[in-house]
Amino acid sequence: MDDFSLLIGGKAGFGIDKSGAIISRLLNQLGYRIYAYRDYPSLIRGGHTFSIIRASKIRIASHLNKIDFLLALNQETLDLHKSKLNKDCFFIYDSEQVKVNPAATCGTGIALGKILKEENAPEVMRNSCIIGAFAKGVGIRWEALDVVLKKEISKELDLNLKVARRGFDAAGELTRLSQLEQKSLPLVSGNQAIGLGLIKGGLKAYIAYPMTPTSPLLHFLAEAAPDFGLKVIHPESEIGVILMALGFSYMGEKVAVGTSGGGFCLMTEGLSFAGMAELPIVIIMGQRPGPSTGLPTYSSQTDLHFVLNAGQGEFVRFMVAPGDPEEAYYWSAVAMNMAWKYQIPSFILSDKNLGEGVFNFDSGSIKEIKEEAPLPWDRKSGYKRYQFTDNGVSPLAFVPEKGAIIKVNSYEHDESGITTEDPNLATMMQDKRLAKGKYLAQELEGFETVKVYGNKGSPTALLCWGSNKGTCIEAAQNLGLKAVHPLVLSPFPVKQFQDAIKGVKRLICIENNASGQLAGLLKAYDFKVDDKILKYDGRPFSLDELEEKVKEKIK
Amino acid sequence: MNQLSLGTYAQNTWCPGCGNFAILNAVKSVITELVNEGLTIENIVIVSGIGCHAKIVDYINANSFYSIHGRVTPAAEGIKLANPNIKVIGFAGDGDAYGEGLEHLIFAAKRNIDITMIIHNNRVYGLTTGQYTPTSPLGFRGRSTPEGTKELPINPLGLMLAAGATFIARGTSHGIELLKKLFREAILHKGFALVDCLQVCVTYYNMYEYYDKRAYELKGHNAQDFNQALNKIREWDYNADAPIALGTFYKKELPTFTERFYQEKTQTKDTDSKIKELLEASI
Repeated sequence: MDDFSLLIGGKAGFGIDKSGAIISRLLNQLGYRIYAYRDYPSLIRGGHTFSIIRASKIRIASHLNKIDFLLALNQETLDLHKSKLNKDCFFIYDSEQVKVNPAATCGTGIALGKILKEENAPEVMRNSCIIGAFAKGVGIRWEALDVVLKKEISKELDLNLKVARRGFDAAGELTRLSQLEQKSLPLVSGNQAIGLGLIKGGLKAYIAYPMTPTSPLLHFLAEAAPDFGLKVIHPESEIGVILMALGFSYMGEKVAVGTSGGGFCLMTEGLSFAGMAELPIVIIMGQRPGPSTGLPTYSSQTDLHFVLNAGQGEFVRFMVAPGDPEEAYYWSAVAMNMAWKYQIPSFILSDKNLGEGVFNFDSGSIKEIKEEAPLPWDRKSGYKRYQFTDNGVSPLAFVPEKGAIIKVNSYEHDESGITTEDPNLATMMQDKRLAKGKYLAQELEGFETVKVYGNKGSPTALLCWGSNKGTCIEAAQNLGLKAVHPLVLSPFPVKQFQDAIKGVKRLICIENNASGQLAGLLKAYDFKVDDKILKYDGRPFSLDELEEKVKEKIK
Repeated sequence: MNQLSLGTYAQNTWCPGCGNFAILNAVKSVITELVNEGLTIENIVIVSGIGCHAKIVDYINANSFYSIHGRVTPAAEGIKLANPNIKVIGFAGDGDAYGEGLEHLIFAAKRNIDITMIIHNNRVYGLTTGQYTPTSPLGFRGRSTPEGTKELPINPLGLMLAAGATFIARGTSHGIELLKKLFREAILHKGFALVDCLQVCVTYYNMYEYYDKRAYELKGHNAQDFNQALNKIREWDYNADAPIALGTFYKKELPTFTERFYQEKTQTKDTDSKIKELLEASI
């Protein structure tokens, strides 16, 4: 099988997520390229949770709603996903709970409850049992499963192995997946890739208040803190988060904060302060559907304009929306560099699909990126925190620095950082801060800020941003179209975008929001979008779904 | 004598007779003392919020972080956590620390993080021209409450004690010698220290006479004793007429967040190889 999809589902609290991770790794070790979509409700127990894992011979970053393997821990899993099953879908299911029509299906039913009882194992181990059955069902050797379980399971490993073995032994072989002749690649989530990229960019401190879909980044960095000498802090609120972070920034420690829309609302006064005081900071904004609490565990692209315009006053910001973990890694390091070079807020605009999706990570495909040092004070002239310079960037000194008095200020200020209300000085300072945007835009000309994929000669192009990248590229390839994916959204790369759409007669914008926010942004630069395909139910486009919608538009 | 020059060229715009002058002079004098004793000026950072009090950072020639309203505490915490060797002194108004930024103050006390908070508590919003604050008495007639407030003030010292502050003191702007003593003690205290300064706003709430009549200095008080501290803190509730004790109510040495936080940190091996290792483990 060159390309197939697997769905595992059950009640929240059943450990579906962990099972998804184990199965992904198992298939990854066979040499398949993996993409895993995780769907879970905002609750701790009960409710329906599922993961779709797609495995392919070639690199993918999208899922299909055409399921080839269904792992059903309860009846609901079958009932809810019936419409997604391919007609020759294999079933691996709990025979005590799931009623299937044996004549119409090919599958293997396992009496999970009975096995667990005999092994005196807790209910959550039903997962291990059904994974054992799946492995056998697709002809994976026990030894291969054993290795993966040992890597993934930390609690009660022996009992889990026993239960998995029982499932393995009880199942029949349904098909045989073979080992592919290609090297396995690491599996990471977008959040992990962002974390590693920030570290690569010199991160010293990460401060965050938990909020889906960015909490996993907090967890990842808290876990990694001892290895990298990071300071990871979870304060009282997002207001506390950003102000604490600005304290770190003032001290010269490279710092990032992460949140989602609601938390970011609380951060905006601190953001504006960073703009005025020229304190570098990186903000990871993971989008989910609003307004307000919305669909907290689902995904959206509804905060583009919010983030672009957040904070009172006018100030320069850098914003990038990576489309996959490699871009998330690379551009997170770039975002850190830009924040410190230009003393501005840098945004990494993510969403739940990127942040919590699991993808292969190919380090070899990533351009070299290095941590860059900010402009230092020469220690000769008297130190002025906001010294006027040609490009608006003042030299930095950090406490404790002998001979330097370092004053930052949220008020309009003079070069030394002392409050001023002088009209000329106010104008000059605002010009100084905004000048940095021009030089930032110039520097970004040296980066690939807008990418083009698919059939580059096609007069019809699919335009997408952020996590829609993988699905859009694949749809474009299958339909013979061009795909355009701008990465940097502020300062907007006008020239590179112009080049990217050269020869395009019809531009179809694909977004996970109800109003077409990228299309709206493009209008400001006199770019016109001809059509929009919008989805705002919190779920990502599946490849088949997007292809259908594109076909309707171009027929 | 030292060469320290703590003044700046910023023009002072406090009203004549403002209680802030006492705080400014006391702090400058304590910083001078500490520098004479060996602390270097570059190892001090002063932080302020927004309001009349906040201009103090413009008037002191030291490293400073002029923050936003209510957000002195978390900024001060960030600075301290970035480098625990720095002395961080936060100045905040009562609207600032006890109103808009109260959550931060409670959490800083809870963490016992080693910073000093000096509260310019004039019990009125000065810069916004005379509205009630969290410590204004019941019935206070301000521009937003022309009929008088309908709510009781909070007792910030009681709140700080409950939250876990390990140094709690009170002074007035009519007692600069005591302020100096309290500021020095607070800055040298290992842990979260708060000095509530009954600082008089001559324009919107002139309480000089009121405080002069009622204020007295604590004598024979055991600041190590939580219950004694609580009783003394409760003597005046910032509302009803009562004697107003000044001095150090509570002082206890306990482990600080800074110490605990740094204990957990171990240093790293080479970043690139560690990233590689993590990635390889996820195959």
